[in-house]
Amino acid sequence: MQIREMEEAAEVLRISTVKAENCMQCGKCSAACPAGARMDILPHRFVWELMNGRVSLLAKSGTLWQCLSCFACSARCPRGVDPARLIEAVRLTVIRRQGANSINVDELPQVIDENMPQQAIVSALRKYNK
Amino acid sequence: MVYNYYPGCTLSTKAKKLDIYARAAAKALGFELAELKEWQCCGAVYPLAQDAIGERLAAARSLAAAEDGKLVTLCSACHHVLKRVNADMAANGEICAKVNAYLGEEETYHGQTEVWHYLEILKREIGFDEIARRVKNPLTGRKIGAYYGCLLLRPAGVMQFDDAENPGILEDFIAALGATPIIYDYRNECCGGYLTLTDKQATGEMVGRVIASARQKGVAELITACPLCSYNLEVNALGTEMPVHYFTELLAEALGLKEEETACR
Ligand code: SF4
Ligand code: SF4
Repeated sequence: MQIREMEEAAEVLRISTVKAENCMQCGKCSAACPAGARMDILPHRFVWELMNGRVSLLAKSGTLWQCLSCFACSARCPRGVDPARLIEAVRLTVIRRQGANSINVDELPQVIDENMPQQAIVSALRKYNK
Repeated sequence: MVYNYYPGCTLSTKAKKLDIYARAAAKALGFELAELKEWQCCGAVYPLAQDAIGERLAAARSLAAAEDGKLVTLCSACHHVLKRVNADMAANGEICAKVNAYLGEEETYHGQTEVWHYLEILKREIGFDEIARRVKNPLTGRKIGAYYGCLLLRPAGVMQFDDAENPGILEDFIAALGATPIIYDYRNECCGGYLTLTDKQATGEMVGRVIASARQKGVAELITACPLCSYNLEVNALGTEMPVHYFTELLAEALGLKEEETACR
C-alpha cells in the first residue's frame, strides 16, 4: 500500500476536519445510526478503518451510499468525532474521479414521480455525483 | 415588519402549500415575507468537506444578498444549508476567504446576516401566546405529532434551533393552535431523505417506523417543515399511512385563512 494509501487517508482526514484519533470505539454512533442495518461497515468501524489508513477498503464500502447525512452519529458521539463528515470525505474521493458518478442520470426519469420534491433530486445528485 | 425571505426551489413548485400558507399567515399576523430578488437553489445538502467551496457559493450569494439583518427560511433543508454555510462564513477563515474570492464583491461577506426559520419568527418575534389569541378556529381535540426530522435540529451547536434530543417548539406551536401535541419516540429520527431515489425500500422502512411510533402514542396526523420528509412520509411508508401537513397549513387553518385561500383559487 501503503504509503500512497496512508497519504490518501491523511487527505480524507484533512478535508473532513475531523479528529478521528479521539474516537474510543464505544459504538454509540452505530447504535444511533438509522441506516446501520444496511451498512457493511458500521460508523464506529468506519472511523477505525480510516484511522488505520484503509481508504481503499472504505472506498468500496456500501456504507458510502447508505449514509443519510442525518447527523445522529455526530450529535451523539461523546468524543466530538463526526463520522458523517468522514463518510462524506471518503465518498468525495470516490465521486471526484472521472466516470465515478453513482447515479446514472439517464435512468432518473424512471424513478422520479410527479410528487417528488426537487429537493430530493438535488440532494441525491449532490451526494452521489459530481 | 418586513423580512427578507428565501423560499428555495421546492417551495415554488412541489411544496407550494408550505409557502402560500406561510405568506398568508404572516400577513394576518402583521409581518411580510419579501422574497429575495435573486436567489439560487441552496444545493439542498450542506457541503461537509472543508474543500467544497463551489458547493457553498449559491448559499453564500443569497446570504450576502439579504443586506439588512434577518433572512427567513421555511424549508428545513434550505434552513440547514444556509445556517451552516453562514456559520462557516463567520468562523471558518479559510472557507470565508475562498468563497469571497469567488463572489468577487467589493465588500466581503463574513456571516453578518442572521438566518431565522419562520418558526423562530413565530416564537420569538410574534410569540405563541399572541398567536393563540389570534386563533379563530381552534383545532380542539386534534391529536397532532410534530415530525422534526434531522435538519432543523442537528448539529445543535450551529442550528441553535431547540434541544436536539428533546425539542418542544413545534409542540408549543401545536398547543397554541388549540390542538393536542403528542410526543412520540421517532420525531427527531431521519425519514430516509435522498435515499428515496436510490433505495426506496430503505426510506419506506424508516418512515414506516416513524409512523408506527406516532400511531402507538395516539397521533392522528403529523406536521413537518420539510418537503422531503413530507414526501417520504406520504409516498414511501411501507404498510402504513398517516395524514401529513405542513405546519403552515395548520397555522392558516387555525387563523381562519385556509377557506379564504381556497376560495380565491
Ligand atoms: S460514538 Fe464517537 S467515540 Fe464512539 S465509536 Fe462513534 S465516533 Fe468513536
Ligand atoms: S449521518 Fe450517516 S452514519 Fe451518521 S447516523 Fe446518519 S446515516 Fe448513520
